[in-house]
Amino acid sequence: MSEYVLFKHLIDPEVRELDHYTQLGGYEGLKKALKMEPVAVVEEVKKSNLRGRGGAGFPTGLKWSFMPKDDRQKYFVCNADEGEPGTFKDRYIMSENPHQLIEGMVIGGFAMGATVGYIYIRGEFKFIADEFQKAVDKAYEAGYLGKNILGSGFDFDLYLHLGAGAYICGEETGLIQSLEGHTGKPRLKPPFPAQVGVFGQPTTVNNVETIACVPDIIRKGAGWFLTIGPDRNNGTKIYGVSGHVNNPGVFELPMGTSLREIIFEHAGGILDGKKVKAIIPGGSSAPVLGPEHLDIAMDFDSLKEAGSMLGSGAIIVMHEDTCIVEAFARLAEFYAHESCGQCTPCREGTPWMARIIRNIENGDGREGDIELLYDICTKIIGRTVCPLGDAAVFCIKGALDRFRDEFEYHIQHKKCLVENKVAIYG
Amino acid sequence: MALRFTEQDLKEIEAICHRYPDRKAATLPTLHFAQKKFGYISDDAVRVVAESLGLPVAHVLGVATFYTMYNKKPVGKYHIQVCTNISCALLGSREIFRHLSRKLGIKAGETTEDNLFTLQEVQCLGSCGTAPTIQINEKYFENMTVEKVDKLVESLKKGEIDV
Ligand SMILES: Cc1cc2nc3c(=O)[nH]c(=O)nc-3n(C[C@H](O)[C@H](O)[C@H](O)COP(=O)(O)O)c2cc1C
Ligand code: SF4
Ligand code: FES
Repeated sequence: MSEYVLFKHLIDPEVRELDHYTQLGGYEGLKKALKMEPVAVVEEVKKSNLRGRGGAGFPTGLKWSFMPKDDRQKYFVCNADEGEPGTFKDRYIMSENPHQLIEGMVIGGFAMGATVGYIYIRGEFKFIADEFQKAVDKAYEAGYLGKNILGSGFDFDLYLHLGAGAYICGEETGLIQSLEGHTGKPRLKPPFPAQVGVFGQPTTVNNVETIACVPDIIRKGAGWFLTIGPDRNNGTKIYGVSGHVNNPGVFELPMGTSLREIIFEHAGGILDGKKVKAIIPGGSSAPVLGPEHLDIAMDFDSLKEAGSMLGSGAIIVMHEDTCIVEAFARLAEFYAHESCGQCTPCREGTPWMARIIRNIENGDGREGDIELLYDICTKIIGRTVCPLGDAAVFCIKGALDRFRDEFEYHIQHKKCLVENKVAIYG
Repeated sequence: MALRFTEQDLKEIEAICHRYPDRKAATLPTLHFAQKKFGYISDDAVRVVAESLGLPVAHVLGVATFYTMYNKKPVGKYHIQVCTNISCALLGSREIFRHLSRKLGIKAGETTEDNLFTLQEVQCLGSCGTAPTIQINEKYFENMTVEKVDKLVESLKKGEIDV
C-alpha cells in the first residue's frame, strides 16, 4: 500500500480538526523548523527534490532560495486558483486536510522571511474558502499563526483572497496583479516575483499541493521524501482522473505510477468497456497522448521525454466515441475565452484557431486549414508575455500532431470519423 | 434611489482593507461584497465601491468588467451555470445545457420573465471528477444528469432547496 503524505483524511477522516491533525504529527514540522536556521529549512526542501505541483515542476527549494535575505517586507503566496481544465486536486487538500497547507505556509514564511501569506483561491470555491477560514481561525487560537508563533519570535499572518472568475489569474504574475486589486493581466518577467512581487515586494508563489508537502519533509527529513518516487521526481502526486472512466476521482500515489495503473486500477477502467483513444496527462495544456503511452511513468521527466508534460497531474480520458476535432474545438474555445488580450498573437491567434477547428468540425473545413493552424501556432509560441499562449499551442498542436488523420478526414469528407459520437457541441 | 453602504457595511469593508498594505487590493473582495448586497454590479454599485475605497471609478469599473463572476446585468434568483468544458462535455453537459435551455425557455445569458432563473455556460469549475458539474449561486451540484437537473429546477421553483 502506498503512503499518504497529503490525503491524510484517508488515514483519519476527521483530520481537518486540529486535534486530529496534531495526533498524526501535525505542526511537529513547524516546531522543528522554528528551531532551525531559515536557510537550513530552505536547504532541507532543496535536498528533498520537491518540485512545483502547479504545472512547471520547478524545484521548490531553489525557488525559495531566490528570495533576497534583506529586511524588506516579503510575501508568501499560495496559488489555489485551480483553473486548468481537468484539475480538481487542491480543493481536496483545502477541504479535507486544511492544517497541512496552513503549516506549510508558516514553515515557508519562516524559511523565506515572509511574515504575511495570502492564499489566492478561485471565487467559485467560496464554499471551500469559508470552511478553510475556520481552520485558519483555529490555527490562530492555538498559536500556530499570528504573533510570536509558539514563542519563537516569528510572526506570520495568513489571509484568504477570493478570485472572481479568470483562468489567467492562475498564472503567477496575473495572480499577483489580481491580488493587488487589478485586472489579472500578467506582467513581463524579469523582474521576477522574488525581486518585485505583490505590492512591489519580494514574493514567492507556490501551488497548494507543493506547499502541503513541506511539513512532512521537515518533520521526517528530506531523505524520507527521496525514498518515494523516481530520482529527481520524488514524493507522491495527486492524480485527478476525469472523462470516460468508471471511477473518476483523485488518487494520491507515488510519483511515477504508470498511466495504466492509474486509469485501470484506480479509476476503474474505461466506461462501457470501450477502448481508450486519447489521454491528456496533465491538464488541458499538456499535449495529448494515445493508448500506446499507457505504460508511461507519470512523472515530470518521463512525460517531458514523451513530448508532453505532467502539468497539474490532471488526466483526462477520452474513449473511442470521442471526436478529437470536436473535443479540441472546445478546448481551443477555452483558451480564446481566457486570453487576457494584452498580446496580439494570443488575443488574435487563440480565437482564430478556435474558429478554424469549429469550421472543420462543422464540415466547413478547407484544404490547407491544418497548415494554417500550424502556422498560427508558430506565430504564438514564445512571442507572448505569459505562457497562456504557449499553453494553447501545446494543446492544439498536440492534437494535430497525434490525430492529424482525423482532422484530414473531417476536411475531406465534411463529416466525422466517429459514429454515435459523444455530443460535445453537436 | 442611489445605492449606499450602511455604517456596518463600511466597517466590514475596513476590516477587508486591513488584510492588505494597500486599499486597492480590497477591490475584488469589496466587489464580491457589493454583489452579494445589491444582487449585481450596476454602475451605481461601481460608484459606491469606488467611494468606499477612495479609488477612481474607472479602476473599479475596469476590474468589474474583467472578471466573469461579477454580473454586470441583473440575474435571476437562481443563477444556473453549466460547465461545458472538456471533462463535463465528455459526460453529457451539452445535453444538460440544452435541456435547461428548453425547459426554462431561455438562451445562454438570459433570464426567465419571472426573474427566477438565469442560465449561463461556464468554463471548468474545478470539479471535473464529479462531472457534469453545475453551479447555482454559490453551490455546486455534481454528477448531474438530465433527470437530476430536471428535479433540481422543480425543487428550486418550490423553494425546497437553499442555494
Ligand atoms: C495560464 C496559466 C494558468 C495557471 N494556473 C495555475 C493554477 O491554477 N494553479 C497553480 O498552482 N498554478 C498555475 N499556473 C502556474 C503558475 O504560474 C505557477 O507556476 C505556479 O503557481 C508555481 O507553483 P509551483 O512552483 O508550486 O508549481 C498557471 C500558469 C499559467 C501559464
Ligand atoms: S499570452 Fe495571452 S493571456 Fe498571456 S499575457 Fe499575453 S494575451 Fe494575456
Ligand atoms: S470540466 Fe467541468 S468542472 Fe472541470
